[in-house]
Amino acid sequence: MDWINILIQGALLGGLYALFAVGLSLAFGIMRLVNIAHGDLIVLAAYLALMTVQTTGLGALGSLVVVVPAMFVLGYLLQRGLLNFTLSGGLLPPLLVTFGISVIIENVLLQEFGADIMRLHAGAIETASLRLGGGIAVGVYPLLVFTTAVAAIAGLQLLFDRTTLGRAFRATSDDAATAELMGIDNRHIYAVAMGIAMVFTALAGVLMGIRTTFDPSAGPVRLIFAFEAVIIGGLGSLWGTLLGGMVLAIAQEVAGAVSPNWQILAGHIAFLVILIVRPSGFFPRTRD
Amino acid sequence: MSLLVARGLRAFYGDFQALFDIDVTVAEGETVAIIGANGAGKTTFLRAVAGALPCQAAMVEFDGRPIGGLAAHEIVRRGVAMVPEGRRLFPSLSVEENLLIGAYCGRGGAWNLARIYELFPMLAQRRSLPATLLSGGQQQMAAIGRALMSNPRLLLCDELSLGLAPVVIRDIYVCLAAIASEGTTLVIVEQDINRALDASARFYCFQEGRVALAADCRGFDRQAIAGAYFGL
Amino acid sequence: MDGFRIERSTRESRGFAVVLLLGGVTLVTLPYWAGPGTMRLISEMAYYLALAQLWNLLAGYAGLVSVGQQAFVGIGAYALFYLTSQFGMNPLLAMALAGPVAAAIALPMALAVFRLRGAYFAIGTWVFAAAFELGVSLIQPLGAGSGMSLTPAILYAITPGREARALIIYWLSLAIVFVVCAVVYLLLRSRHGLALTAIRDSEPASASLGVDTFRTKLMIYVITAALTGVIGALIFVQKLRLSPEAGFSVNDWTVVVIFMVVIGGIGTLEGPFIGLLIYFALREFLADYGTWYLILLGVVAVAIMLLAQEGLWGLVVRRFDIHLLSVRRHLLR
Repeated sequence: MDWINILIQGALLGGLYALFAVGLSLAFGIMRLVNIAHGDLIVLAAYLALMTVQTTGLGALGSLVVVVPAMFVLGYLLQRGLLNFTLSGGLLPPLLVTFGISVIIENVLLQEFGADIMRLHAGAIETASLRLGGGIAVGVYPLLVFTTAVAAIAGLQLLFDRTTLGRAFRATSDDAATAELMGIDNRHIYAVAMGIAMVFTALAGVLMGIRTTFDPSAGPVRLIFAFEAVIIGGLGSLWGTLLGGMVLAIAQEVAGAVSPNWQILAGHIAFLVILIVRPSGFFPRTRD
Repeated sequence: MSLLVARGLRAFYGDFQALFDIDVTVAEGETVAIIGANGAGKTTFLRAVAGALPCQAAMVEFDGRPIGGLAAHEIVRRGVAMVPEGRRLFPSLSVEENLLIGAYCGRGGAWNLARIYELFPMLAQRRSLPATLLSGGQQQMAAIGRALMSNPRLLLCDELSLGLAPVVIRDIYVCLAAIASEGTTLVIVEQDINRALDASARFYCFQEGRVALAADCRGFDRQAIAGAYFGL
Repeated sequence: MDGFRIERSTRESRGFAVVLLLGGVTLVTLPYWAGPGTMRLISEMAYYLALAQLWNLLAGYAGLVSVGQQAFVGIGAYALFYLTSQFGMNPLLAMALAGPVAAAIALPMALAVFRLRGAYFAIGTWVFAAAFELGVSLIQPLGAGSGMSLTPAILYAITPGREARALIIYWLSLAIVFVVCAVVYLLLRSRHGLALTAIRDSEPASASLGVDTFRTKLMIYVITAALTGVIGALIFVQKLRLSPEAGFSVNDWTVVVIFMVVIGGIGTLEGPFIGLLIYFALREFLADYGTWYLILLGVVAVAIMLLAQEGLWGLVVRRFDIHLLSVRRHLLR
């Protein structure tokens, strides 16, 4: 059993899971919204990429140019037009509305595309690998995904720490009412936050679609991975989410190498262990 | 020239009516105090003016134009800033970031970071600290500085002296006087009557959501206020 | 308190009780005047109503929004299939035991998942259900990925004749939904019900008044799990075939149930009835259009949550102030 390669594979896959999770984490951090439709939006992005590839000449990776802005706009409109109205009603409305949206997306995709499993194709890069010596080989595509994840998270962290918009995000997350008194339009800020979350979701969907197959019902599993990565890493920490994704993916890859049937279950078990032993995750936010 | 006019202002928390036909006028450059017991409606009044509480459009006029019911972020843009009760600094932001966020609405003017630090030197020393690590008095100064960063024409101050030592309160009111001397219009809500009346030209006394008394501060008998304050 | 008395029922609720009684008699005698297709439909409505009342109890009253109740449907079903095929137990007894089995798993699970709050709790329950589904598909004695079947021998143990069996299962469905509704109703009328309403309105406040919020919620969760387990056994004793995917299906046992409760009126006892009727009507009318009825259901649920959070029954209550199934106490002079 080639454990080093398995661990590397898992670590790199963790980048993809982190991309799954960042959107969920962002929405919760800034507006306390847990988007049950999150996984289905990832799948929607993959289907958007598919349509883009089929109608334009762009390749799968090239389709990002279309899918990312499209998903940003979708996220902005969804938040501004629908989800903003659920935020003041307590626990149930956001949960049940996003749950409803999840079911709607799944079934609309089913009606449109049928239940066939799909795949995005990026060409030779999918199977290319880098030999690092000592018998260690690293897939070029997984490395690309991981690097993208790290760069995107670093960019987001920079946005939070250094820009006016990031300051507005943090202020709104702390105290939305007082942020309004400072001139920050909450409705707009929430919508921008969701738009950015959808940018990550778009990245996640397209990169996932190249790596594995997908179908309309693939959403909930992605939601669960995202959720597990967030909890393992600790609510409220972006880098924690990356670590959480890596822990999850490594658990899956290691178990999968032993027996393929145990792969996903191992991820659930890792999550449950963390939940029982250290419910606040590895990098918990000090204040909520 | 009246900068702020509240006319027949009514405000509700759900079904509960908190303000009944409030008439308040504040001229440009004036400092006006609003005093009253707990629950009299003083904070509610400020929140209605600042847009944190909904009311009908014509009930509040700023610079001759109705602002009642406008969103808070829009009212700030027009030049009304609030120093909220309890300071309400942002815990995730440093002192300097809190000040910077005050400038978010983009109003230009005399107040900027350098001038705020001039007014409150101890904030400059602590600019990178998380805002909530400051002492009560320093937090109050930061909250005032944050509001000033939006270059307001009207500054609403809600219970500045709450929970602070007398020495600290004195320092804060010295700063307020400096701010007023720049031409900023101030509305001061206080439970500490003496402080408020010493700092202001006129005052209103609220009692159970109504204006019980309105007069000049100069020469007014403090005993007479007690009647209006307590509703005797 | 001179001159006051506390009344538990209103005129409408007393009237409704009569209606319910008449309805109950009609349903019980149904096999004698309607065909097997109708019996099956009523059975299906019965178990969906039961699932809906239980989910409503959890989410609408205890504030525990679970998206993982399908876990207990599956557990109950597997308990039935395993006990009957491995131990030759009578299916009816096995169905009853499905309850305690589900409860036994719900208890430790709750201790873990209660560490999560709000929407994270919801997803956590979903993760558990997914984990159970995967776990079961790895266990050979439970049929692994391909599942299990109820052999004719097992079915004979209920009763040899096919028609007699259909009758028994039909009346069992009615009995179970009646018991579930009764349990929910009595719970809510009891002091536990008051505690739940208090918790739902404000957990810190009720905790400060001495309500043991943790114990109350735990009790509700375990009871709900047990009854859901029994319902799971009931569902699959009729389907005859069980697989991990079918037993733990989110779409069949959770999505539909949640929509029913939300559209009908979450947090009311009458709501699930309304939601049930609307769901079955929609399913009938849109039968030829694939999954459009699910999409429409989703749209209606979203609209209800945004525009009329109390659901359709809540709108009726607001407009007419009628309470048919009264769990409140009225102070009268």
